[in-house]
Amino acid sequence: MIEINGLHKAFDKNIILSNLSLTVEEGKTTVIIGRSGAGKSVLLKCIVGLLTPDAGSIKINGQEVTQLNEKEYNKIRKDIGLVFQGGALFDSLNVEENVAFVLNEFMKLDKEVIRKKVKDSLALVGLKDIEKMMPAQLSGGMKKRVSLARILCMEPRIILYDEPTTGVDPITADAINNLIVDLSRKLKVTSIVVTHDMASAYKVGDSIAMFYHGQIIAQGSPDEVRVTKHPVVKQFIHGEARGPITDGEHLVFGHTK
Amino acid sequence: MFSVGKALYHFVSYIGELAILFSQTLYWAVVPPMKGERILTQAKRVGPESFFIAALIAFFIGMIMALQMANQMVKLSAEIYIPSVVAISLTRELAPVLTSLIVAGRIGAGITAEIGTMTVTEQVDALKVFAVNPVKYLVVPRFLALTVMLPLLTIFADLIGMLGGFVICIYKLGISPALYMTMILESLTVKDVMTGLIKTICFGAIIALVGCQQGLNVKAGAEGVGKATTMSVVLSFIFIIIADCLFTTMFYFIFQI
Ligand SMILES: Nc1ncnc2c1ncn2[C@@H]1O[C@H](COP(=O)(O)OP(=O)(O)OP(=O)(O)O)[C@@H](O)[C@H]1O
Ligand SMILES: [Mg+2]
Repeated sequence: MIEINGLHKAFDKNIILSNLSLTVEEGKTTVIIGRSGAGKSVLLKCIVGLLTPDAGSIKINGQEVTQLNEKEYNKIRKDIGLVFQGGALFDSLNVEENVAFVLNEFMKLDKEVIRKKVKDSLALVGLKDIEKMMPAQLSGGMKKRVSLARILCMEPRIILYDEPTTGVDPITADAINNLIVDLSRKLKVTSIVVTHDMASAYKVGDSIAMFYHGQIIAQGSPDEVRVTKHPVVKQFIHGEARGPITDGEHLVFGHTK
Repeated sequence: MFSVGKALYHFVSYIGELAILFSQTLYWAVVPPMKGERILTQAKRVGPESFFIAALIAFFIGMIMALQMANQMVKLSAEIYIPSVVAISLTRELAPVLTSLIVAGRIGAGITAEIGTMTVTEQVDALKVFAVNPVKYLVVPRFLALTVMLPLLTIFADLIGMLGGFVICIYKLGISPALYMTMILESLTVKDVMTGLIKTICFGAIIALVGCQQGLNVKAGAEGVGKATTMSVVLSFIFIIIADCLFTTMFYFIFQI
């Protein structure tokens, strides 16, 4: 369970999160939607402690984490997987070493066991026979899936996905959506999924939260969101250039308002 | 506006940052688990790859010194002392400093480029989220590899530099090989060689710390990596020369060796 209350984060004068609150129940999936550059990745980085929020509280499984030192945080991090937006694969290691990274680092397992786990994790994301390839030899979508496999291999209780379906074809995207749903239903993994892909949002979310101006301004089940009357959410989910979000912006390409 | 006070402030605070990284490196170097193969991988990069160029330069420096002195010494009929002068200046000063500068240019730049790229592509963040300390994983192996390999390279440079002097003395000045050896063995002391080697341990530490510090603090994209790489080489050069001056003062005036 993740509980975030009154979270603030600014870079110099650039305020990214202001008084953000969000709760993700144990075993549930919350989808966060919001515009590019709004600060969704910053929010995920605050949760895993890569960025320190200026104020507010984050509780993971009941424990307040914003004040923890590195060593205490690391205990919690062993239960959290973050799928980075850009994959963040280690480019000096091959696919197998990447996927097995946590196993190699912290567990003394037999080589065969590790190989089997890597193979299974890769199979879950629809990849096989690429163990010896280097990240530079993979396509963008493959990198993304390998980085997902790397997280699956560590079997975390909480997974934070930063745009897991961006840059993969629709069929693979659907398979990834199914995987996220499966992990949540079968293994009771608590998840936050950041996405721009509404099809994915409707499919994987137990709840969808709209991130706007540093806050969660609306939240509801996929069915509620589909028929929402909230003007901001409505504009976003229908992907319209004109509306309250873009008021005062010259976003109608080719025409200045 | 340029101000000396500001520049001095930056310089001192940079030394402070290096000192912090140094203490963290020492701490993480002794915390288990130790991964020997990681140090070995780095050592292989430093040693064999820099050996050829270090040897080439040392050989020519040995020759050049002998040639330069030949002119003067012949006038005084003192060419017999050339081997001693070549040997002492090589082991005390030239081989350690030149080898270190070569390694700073090749390996130090490489370290910054590699770690810098890892920083901007979020690989360093990924390490942290996997509860792996970047200093332990990235800095410690490079630090140990450089502090061990640089003295080794310097020993080779000492020998090959003397070989360069040998070529000139034998073929140009008509000193017999036996005499060349005797003159070197009579004048060269263990102290000369040791002071040179002790310095290179420190230079190796400088190259590793500056290289890693620059890499870990890269801010913006590919351009940032490029700038950091240049900075890394420039700063290593400056710190090596300053350190060399301090060492020489210390050896001559305080310990009188
Ligand atoms: N380390 C940082 N230092 C300064 N500013 C930052 C930093 N990280 C993010 N920002 C700023 O925070 C804002 C939000 O960035 P973030 O990456 O969270 O956006 P996002 O919502 O994930 O967008 P996208 O959907 O495009 O990934 C951006 O304006 C960015 O410039
Ligand atoms: Mg993002």
